[in-house]
Amino acid sequence: MLKRLTTLAAALLVSTALHAEPVMGGRANVVIQPEPPSLMMGLVQNGPTQMVAGQIYESLLRYDEELQPMPQLAKSWEVSEDGLTYTFKLHDNVKWHDGEPFTAADVVFSADVFLRETHPRLRTSLEHVESITAPDDTTVVFKLKGPFGPFLGIFEAGTMPMVPKHIYEGTDYKNNPANNTPIGTGPFKFTEWVKGSHILLTKNADYYEEGKPYLDEIYWHVIPDAASRAVAYETGVVDVLPGGSVENFDVQRIADMDNTCVTDKGWEYFGPHSWMWLNNREGPTADKRFRQAVMYAMDRNFARDALWNGLGKVAAGPVSSSTRFFTDDVTAYDHDPEKAKALLAEMGYDGETVRLLPLPYGETWQRWAEAVKQNLDEVGINVEIVSTDVAGWNQKLAEWDYDMAFTYLYQYGDPALGVARNYISTNIAKGSQWNNVEGYDNKEVDDLFAKAAVAVTAEERQALYTQVQQTLVEDVPAAWLLELGFPTIYRCNVKDLVTTAIGVNDGFKDAYIEK
Amino acid sequence: MADFWNRFSRNRGAVIGLALLVIVILVAVLAPLLFPQSPWRMVQRPFLAPFSMDQYPLGTDALGRDVISGLAYGAQVSLLVGLVSTVAALLIGIPIGALAGYFGGWMDDALMRFTEFFQTVPSFALAIVLVAIFEPSIQSIIAAIAIVSWPPVARLVRGEVLSLRSREYVEAAILSGQTSLTIILRQVLPNTISPIIVLASLMVATAILLESSLSFLGLGDPNMMSWGYMIGAARTVIRQAWWLSFFPGVAILLTVLALNLIGEGLNDALNPRLARRGK
Repeated sequence: MLKRLTTLAAALLVSTALHAEPVMGGRANVVIQPEPPSLMMGLVQNGPTQMVAGQIYESLLRYDEELQPMPQLAKSWEVSEDGLTYTFKLHDNVKWHDGEPFTAADVVFSADVFLRETHPRLRTSLEHVESITAPDDTTVVFKLKGPFGPFLGIFEAGTMPMVPKHIYEGTDYKNNPANNTPIGTGPFKFTEWVKGSHILLTKNADYYEEGKPYLDEIYWHVIPDAASRAVAYETGVVDVLPGGSVENFDVQRIADMDNTCVTDKGWEYFGPHSWMWLNNREGPTADKRFRQAVMYAMDRNFARDALWNGLGKVAAGPVSSSTRFFTDDVTAYDHDPEKAKALLAEMGYDGETVRLLPLPYGETWQRWAEAVKQNLDEVGINVEIVSTDVAGWNQKLAEWDYDMAFTYLYQYGDPALGVARNYISTNIAKGSQWNNVEGYDNKEVDDLFAKAAVAVTAEERQALYTQVQQTLVEDVPAAWLLELGFPTIYRCNVKDLVTTAIGVNDGFKDAYIEK
Repeated sequence: MADFWNRFSRNRGAVIGLALLVIVILVAVLAPLLFPQSPWRMVQRPFLAPFSMDQYPLGTDALGRDVISGLAYGAQVSLLVGLVSTVAALLIGIPIGALAGYFGGWMDDALMRFTEFFQTVPSFALAIVLVAIFEPSIQSIIAAIAIVSWPPVARLVRGEVLSLRSREYVEAAILSGQTSLTIILRQVLPNTISPIIVLASLMVATAILLESSLSFLGLGDPNMMSWGYMIGAARTVIRQAWWLSFFPGVAILLTVLALNLIGEGLNDALNPRLARRGK
């Protein structure tokens, strides 16, 4: 009994420790991989840029792990009954890092002028917007042309970063010298960037949220070699290894170290989803039964355990389980070689060789292609792996010169933003590896996606998306693999680093280091 | 022949090398019988340590594939690449060297400058570029290795031909009205065969190393299990699983060593009057 009490007391102590007052001060040493090409997030939105610049730039909202919007630059917002008018109330004490006040005019400039020109992904979403206006300095009104369900999901920092109007208005955005010294509204200011060595951000003392941020500095280490990055953590040079900075097979060894925590959270907004494109136009992959056989033949649990350290989930279908309107009420494709063989026999597969393109992103993906080839060999499908570099891979996909090809893409929280693009027939066009590359053409699916994007209520959207997922999973236009788990590895005394749907990308606002 | 064997076997290293090579050849030929399953097949849990299960004496790799079966099939790839690319290199190098040496003059100049052009480019770098351009496959690898390794053959043959060119029996052949082609093929080349054989045995070894290096860098044929591939794939897990790079490394070492020893022995046997190089 006494023992149980002490355990309980200990547990209580631990839990109070967890909710302890944040500690002020300190420096976070973090790996950044690869070195970003630029930190001006309005112009460049690749992964490493978002990770560093996400501490400098902000948008109107941020999102929790359930993708529910939370206040950021906007302290509150309202949506009209008809779902056409979105009104945001901004914080009134926000300053840019150069001291100029941040106002609604900056929002209008950023969304309506700057990003419309520089940000293709946002531009597509803004096609639903009729007007963006600023009735006063702290109010912004977005009027839509028609209902657009995912609209509240596009106010993430990497999707709609606020850029300073007083610096960029009327200039040549891409060549503005200010791009080298980014000015945002975020909790950290840009201080120094020594190319090939490090990026230093320091605390924004005038940040509009009282008391935040807690850290004094963030020091991003540029270390080009994966093994050296692991060593940097092991020797205590860095305290945080964001997702993807060490090779998968090193994760377990590092995770076993003292005072080391691992989380695969903080990717919900992106929902990295991996699959194999199956060329629906020609060859055996044009036959639905062949594609279903591929799904049954693959041992995806094995791939997750052996190649991804058990992180991530086997994908149920085209939508990631962290994306809104996901359903698991679809045909389940378990590892079942017998079923695969039966399907192949039924279609009369003649042993024609299919070409498989691995994703040229390193060892894990290469091994994965080998494992899938072996899975398929065992049910009698002849597979030839075609090796290629990144440029060749891009080109082959854009030219539809493949039978099966590994890939993974982000979903941005909503099927209308990150899923529909890969399956609707209007998105079949050579020249891109992010559209409907497989050539799947189904009018019913087109209609469902179109209706679901503009349906007003969440229930309506759920019903339509459930239907579309069921149809797609039955047709297997692509062979879905895993919802990838990208582990963030950090010292356990770094607290509250990953609390949102984009994790480290905007995490240092709340993070603190316990002594 | 017996004379040849006597001289060869007087070099004990060469006999050991020959024995090793015979073993490697046997393993390569018998691989499908010894290991009927594909070396890519995932047979056991990943990272099974060596000597822990009788059925998989050398353990399994990151995907649970049998290492010893991979070694056996890798021997096929290594020997195939070594032999075919050497033959291809000889087919390029011998004619060029023979023409340059026999005719001399501007033909010699032109062919030798052409050869030097290839010699000045670092051979491994050139091989990487060639394989990368033509997409990694067994054919492109063999072609790349052949293209980077023929210049020494050409130079060797040219030197030999040059010295044979002024021999009396060649002059006699010219006087008797034989065509240049006949003289090169019948009179000159047969007398250059000994140094070519010695060089070729060393070239096979170099070709095996080149193929392994290319595979190590991820430029191997992705559908062929080769030793270099096994080491390349194991490099990243070397701290967890030493055996994945160790055994294929030993295989490469022994095979290349065997070929070098054989080369020495052949040199002794074919050029009995020459002093041993390096001694």
